[in-house]
Amino acid sequence: MSQHTPLYSAHVAAGARMVDFGGWEMPINYGSQIEEHNKVRKGAGMFDVSHMTVVDINGAQARIFLSYLLANDVAKLKTPGRAFYSCMLNEEGGVIDDLITYFLDETFFRVVVNAATHDKDMAWINSQARAFDVKVNERPELAMIAVQGPEARQTVLSLLPESDAELAAGIKPFGAGQFGDLFIARTGYTGEDGFEISLSAGAATRLWDQLLAAGVMPCGLGARDTLRLEAGMNLYGQDMDESVTPLESGLGWTVVLNDERAFVGKDALLKQKERGVEQKLVGLVLQDRGVLRPGQRVVTGAGEGVTTSGSFSPTLQKAIAFARVPKDATQTCQVDIRGKLLNCSIVRPPFARNGTVCEGII
Amino acid sequence: MSNIPTHLKYTESHEWVNADEDGNALIGITDHAQEALGDLVFVELPAVGDEISQGDPVAVVESVKAASDIFTPVSGRIIAVNEDLDADPAIINADPYNDGWLFEIELIDSEELDGLKDAEAYEETLED
Repeated sequence: MSQHTPLYSAHVAAGARMVDFGGWEMPINYGSQIEEHNKVRKGAGMFDVSHMTVVDINGAQARIFLSYLLANDVAKLKTPGRAFYSCMLNEEGGVIDDLITYFLDETFFRVVVNAATHDKDMAWINSQARAFDVKVNERPELAMIAVQGPEARQTVLSLLPESDAELAAGIKPFGAGQFGDLFIARTGYTGEDGFEISLSAGAATRLWDQLLAAGVMPCGLGARDTLRLEAGMNLYGQDMDESVTPLESGLGWTVVLNDERAFVGKDALLKQKERGVEQKLVGLVLQDRGVLRPGQRVVTGAGEGVTTSGSFSPTLQKAIAFARVPKDATQTCQVDIRGKLLNCSIVRPPFARNGTVCEGII
Repeated sequence: MSNIPTHLKYTESHEWVNADEDGNALIGITDHAQEALGDLVFVELPAVGDEISQGDPVAVVESVKAASDIFTPVSGRIIAVNEDLDADPAIINADPYNDGWLFEIELIDSEELDGLKDAEAYEETLED
């Protein structure tokens, strides 16, 4: 049985092509994925991300619990309204999921995890929470709209009551706040500025219509995927999963290992670091004609690897990919596309952010 | 509803064939196919002179979403390919039945055309 978000009817009315995503019937595009992609890079687009799982961690030990649960150190969140990105690991250091954590007050943190991993995430979080004085409260009644692009914030602010707009305008990147019905966070998955807004179902359909009237383009999961790939952001289940650690997934920067803090998976990561991390996740830009896709064989001077994500990049007008390759691979490699070895350069993502191609990519 | 011109022949795998009286045929993909694939970004075409047999995978069209094989609906020799698609594969999205043609074949056996679907039969396959 496919689940529907509160915006399902709005998608169908807008002519969206709907697909199953993690048990949810979601829009893949509303016509042209490339047009949607470009609108987010140059103007403002909006995504229904109501399928994502919002989990509130309430209780006296909320911070201590998250300090143990997450590979990133929740001590970095010093001021209420701050947020960060982290992986949640198993004891072997494998990635159970990646998530955003918002610090609201010392007894209230909010975590947003992926839709496709909902069941295992909830089972894991609940089992780990038993040893702590916390309550794990899922918030399935909350819808979520991501409004992204250089014009996104201004458009959202123009729709808020004046007093709220003034305060919300002051939210810094990776900051958040509650404004009446709306929980507004300056986060996203596109490499552009913007807001992710959690709100009730009724408020979501009203806001969606207002944003539409204000010229914000509805964008589907297709554009979301090419935008996040250009922005150098991993997709769980594709670029990392329980079989690899963050250190092999380009996510070493999200892991805090050099202090006394104990967290799930820490011992395994320390051991892996001591042994040496043998693989790394890199970016590829195809120099020949063709399109990179997940699962293609990569041939480097240091051995073979595999692409984990890949597509045509509307901003670069070339094919790009993430690939897991031997740690000593540098500069160039070849990718096997239907039996032909095509030339790629090896780069450090992101490929494109804030409307343009990043330095050193092409 | 997708556009299905009545003067063409079709395959279940969403290719169309436009045969002329000289025994040559243009091949392309249907409006339904281009819509399902989404924005096309790359086309790999056969070489002029290639001898191909009905059902062979002879070309690939790739959208942002996925790669899709094109199976030739008829046998013969490639006499032309649409080189405009190299620079702008989105022509197929805009005009799948005319400017978006893929390649032209000199037919070996024009009776193969009789085994293909007419517009009505093709439309029925879309309804299933």
